[in-house]
Amino acid sequence: MSADQFLQYLISGLTQGSIYAIIGLGFTIIYAVTRIINFAQGEFVMLGGMLSFILASAAGMPLPAAVVLSIVIASAVGALMYLLAIRTARRASVVSLIIITIGAAIFIRGIVGEAWGVDFVRPGFFTGRTSIEFLGAFIHPQAIWVIGTTILVTIFLHLFFSYTMTGKALKACAINPVAAGLVGINAKAMALLSFVLAAALGGIGGAVMAPLTFTAYNAGLMLGLKGFVAASIGGFKSQLAAVIGGFMLGIVESLAVAANWGPFSSAYKDVIALIVLLLILLYRSGRLAEEERTG
Amino acid sequence: MRNYFKWLGIITLIAALLATGGIACDGEEEETPTPTEAPTATAEPTEAPKEAYKVGAVFAVTGGASNLGDPEKKTVEMMEEQINALGGVNGHPLEVIVYDTATDETQCVTMATRLIEQDEVLAIIGPTTSGESMAIIDTVTTAEIPLVSCAAALSIVSPVEDRYWVFKTPQTEVEAVNEIYAYMQEKGITKVAIITNTNAFGEAGKTYLESDAADYGITIVANQLFNPEDVDMTAQLTSIKGTDAEAVVCWSTDKESAVVADNMMTLQMEIPLFCSHGVANPNFITQAGVAANGVKFPAGKLLILDIVPDTDPQKSILTQYTAAYEAIHGEGTINTFGGHAFDALSLVTIALEDVEDGMSLAEARAAVRDSLETAEFAGTGGVFAMSATDHLGMAPGSLAMIEVVDGEWALAE
Amino acid sequence: MLKRFRPKWQHGATAVLLTLLVCLPFDWFLPQYTTLMIFIGLSTMVTVGLCLLMGYTGQVSLGQAAFYGTGAYISAALTKTCGFNPWLAMLLAAAGTGAFAFLIGYPIFRLKGNYLAMATLGLGLILYVLFRQLGPGGPSGTGDIDILSIGSFGFDTPFRRYFLVWGFCLVILVISQNIVNSRTGRALRAIHGSEAAAESLGINVSQFKVKIFVLSAIYASLAGSLFVHHLRFVSPQSFDFIASVKLVVMAVIGGLASVWGAIFGAGTTRLLSDEILLRFGEWDVVIYGLVLMLVMILMPDGLFVWLKGVFENLRTRLRQGKVET
Repeated sequence: MSADQFLQYLISGLTQGSIYAIIGLGFTIIYAVTRIINFAQGEFVMLGGMLSFILASAAGMPLPAAVVLSIVIASAVGALMYLLAIRTARRASVVSLIIITIGAAIFIRGIVGEAWGVDFVRPGFFTGRTSIEFLGAFIHPQAIWVIGTTILVTIFLHLFFSYTMTGKALKACAINPVAAGLVGINAKAMALLSFVLAAALGGIGGAVMAPLTFTAYNAGLMLGLKGFVAASIGGFKSQLAAVIGGFMLGIVESLAVAANWGPFSSAYKDVIALIVLLLILLYRSGRLAEEERTG
Repeated sequence: MRNYFKWLGIITLIAALLATGGIACDGEEEETPTPTEAPTATAEPTEAPKEAYKVGAVFAVTGGASNLGDPEKKTVEMMEEQINALGGVNGHPLEVIVYDTATDETQCVTMATRLIEQDEVLAIIGPTTSGESMAIIDTVTTAEIPLVSCAAALSIVSPVEDRYWVFKTPQTEVEAVNEIYAYMQEKGITKVAIITNTNAFGEAGKTYLESDAADYGITIVANQLFNPEDVDMTAQLTSIKGTDAEAVVCWSTDKESAVVADNMMTLQMEIPLFCSHGVANPNFITQAGVAANGVKFPAGKLLILDIVPDTDPQKSILTQYTAAYEAIHGEGTINTFGGHAFDALSLVTIALEDVEDGMSLAEARAAVRDSLETAEFAGTGGVFAMSATDHLGMAPGSLAMIEVVDGEWALAE
Repeated sequence: MLKRFRPKWQHGATAVLLTLLVCLPFDWFLPQYTTLMIFIGLSTMVTVGLCLLMGYTGQVSLGQAAFYGTGAYISAALTKTCGFNPWLAMLLAAAGTGAFAFLIGYPIFRLKGNYLAMATLGLGLILYVLFRQLGPGGPSGTGDIDILSIGSFGFDTPFRRYFLVWGFCLVILVISQNIVNSRTGRALRAIHGSEAAAESLGINVSQFKVKIFVLSAIYASLAGSLFVHHLRFVSPQSFDFIASVKLVVMAVIGGLASVWGAIFGAGTTRLLSDEILLRFGEWDVVIYGLVLMLVMILMPDGLFVWLKGVFENLRTRLRQGKVET
């Protein structure tokens, strides 16, 4: 394998990985504050892409406005989902709440399928489509947007959680909801905020990646799954781990194809990546279990 | 107060379920084959109400093959209305019952069984994909009901001794592959990279791409795979780029093929891309965008209607179907998959004319099958002449090499 | 033994339901639902294992469909490719699946909470890809699988298969209910309450967890074998991540802490998706999601617990009425 081939594999992996990372981030935010695994996270991403397409092409809005509006709508859907479905089920167990998010995901998917149909769509590229050459490998300009957005979002979240009052309040809720309540933090408002934030993140991710990967009413499923894997690397609690997990998943998948173990390696790339990650998980859990016992 | 709303919600839920259950119960009574007015069909009630002829259809309206199954469904719905407006078949209204398989083979078997046992249809059209078709061959053979598939694989109708009840309308991968290789040979291409889907359609293509290459002096220098619904093939294409391939052949339906075309453009690969007849769909151009230009593939004549001479036996039916379909769904929406469904339902409708009043369900199904086996029909996909030894019966010359030029279909030079 | 302490109406209700069950496939009753009930029976078998696993040990499994799949594929491969007797194949499949669950059970259950969920998810996905690549027929699956038969009596009609499936199902339900009421059941509830406390009482927590995991895997495997001998076709899509999620939904909707919950959950979910919603045409997905949300919001502990509560309420009101007059 030549150097520029390797670089190309790396770029593919990074692009896919940043997609998984940004979805994984959404999972961790909701989980950290509410302990719920939001199975509708993939649907938020789908909404970002589908809505920006519908607004830009069917309603004729200029692309930047369409993207912004689609993110706003996705956030609103997240808020609605929390208020109508999660908050009303106050006394439900976590497992029941997870099923509610599954129901919400199916519902959102169905509505979009009815409203727009089953066709795959592709919003316009942000900065055109001529691929850029970089040290012998090529990168799609939209891919730069995706990777860049993920990095920017990660930095923004870090700053938000560490340096703003609201962010710190969210973090406090994540660490210990009872104690947070005692110091006057409104847990319900924080939970609402976490849903809105995760939905917004999903929307941003979706709007940025849809021109690259196409989108359709059922795109949320696979995306949600991969993001779930990314988030679980960090136990759903650490944002940084989710991002790193996402990138790793993408790169390992890409390298599995590169390794070229006969024609089968490309078909098995999902499995190979999963096995690698499971092994890492087992190793980490051994260390984590010790931390929990002593900590 | 909260309690009140909770109970209200529960009562509404139960009422809704009971209501639907009630509707369901009414629905069940229709299923018995006694002379009914066919209340849920779009049939026109005739003067002396004749029993509706029920034809079942299993299409992949959702799922990975939805770009194919959706136009198939739209086509048969359009045809049902037209046929009934003209008085039905021998005065019997035509009722087409369509079930969605979601591109899932097991779901397809379940839906087909439902059509056979509960809806008691006379024949089944579809399924959309090769995998699903293979899945229900045993089901229809055991139930002794004719099937006209809208999928490509040759093995659907071969070996014909084991396919007594199975027919199909689309060209097989054998013709498609040979069309591509013949074209390549003409252009002096000898080294080819293939990248195929791991599903049944892709595998069937791969088998013939590998076995027939030598006949045309072609060597396969790279052999890559991808999974259904994959969204990024740059890794596989990077591997191909590292070989000395002079062309790439991608065997999949339009969505994944569009991704391959797009990825090739991103990687700035100069070599030409050939696709299967699975991309004969305007969605391919919409999805691949600029990357679709220059892609070549074999397809039926529907896409190049304007160039087809008036002397061609298919010309009038091509024109009729295109006009009717685009009148409802918009200009430029015509695609060959809807065409396959059109051919299938046309064949069945013609065969239904041999059903006589008073035949039992089993006799009627057998009559339809026997009639199908002798069918001669100039359809949208080609000219059919079915026989006991050939349940596709398509004359050669039904495919042409098409190229995408400036977002439009054109005959490849 | 503990049956003495169950209220009398439960016996009555059980008797009525059993009668309905036995009568259903006959022509004079509701034969058009035979196939639906077969699928409900199969789903119930898998869901019971999941209910036990999730309800009594608090461990969530997002890959249960994988065990359903191993049962199905091993049965299919052995009977079709190797010509084994279907009953033997079913036994081997169950044994193999159980052994496999045993082997991976110990390392998996060292993980906690979400890591465990992730591990089961990963397991399910890996097995799905293996089914798709290595299973007979590859991604499209294979058909023409034999039917089960005893001597010359073949289970070749839905009528016969209905009784076969529900025979197995009832046996499994009875076994599970016995487990719940036994020492093992109490140990399981102790573990669910507090693992540390259970350990201090001398319960070997990991051993119990693995045992239940293996049991649920065997149930699923048997159901899988019965499934392929009914449909006579197998393809990997029936055992993907969505299938596992659907099973979890069935378990939770029915009610996690009870064997009856499994029946309710599987029954209502299947009834909804396979019968009722088909009549709505294109809106079926939307309504399904809506119903799912509503049920979980209004009856968070599951249908069975809610129904039981309703009946208890009615009885109490009736009794009060009687006393007052």
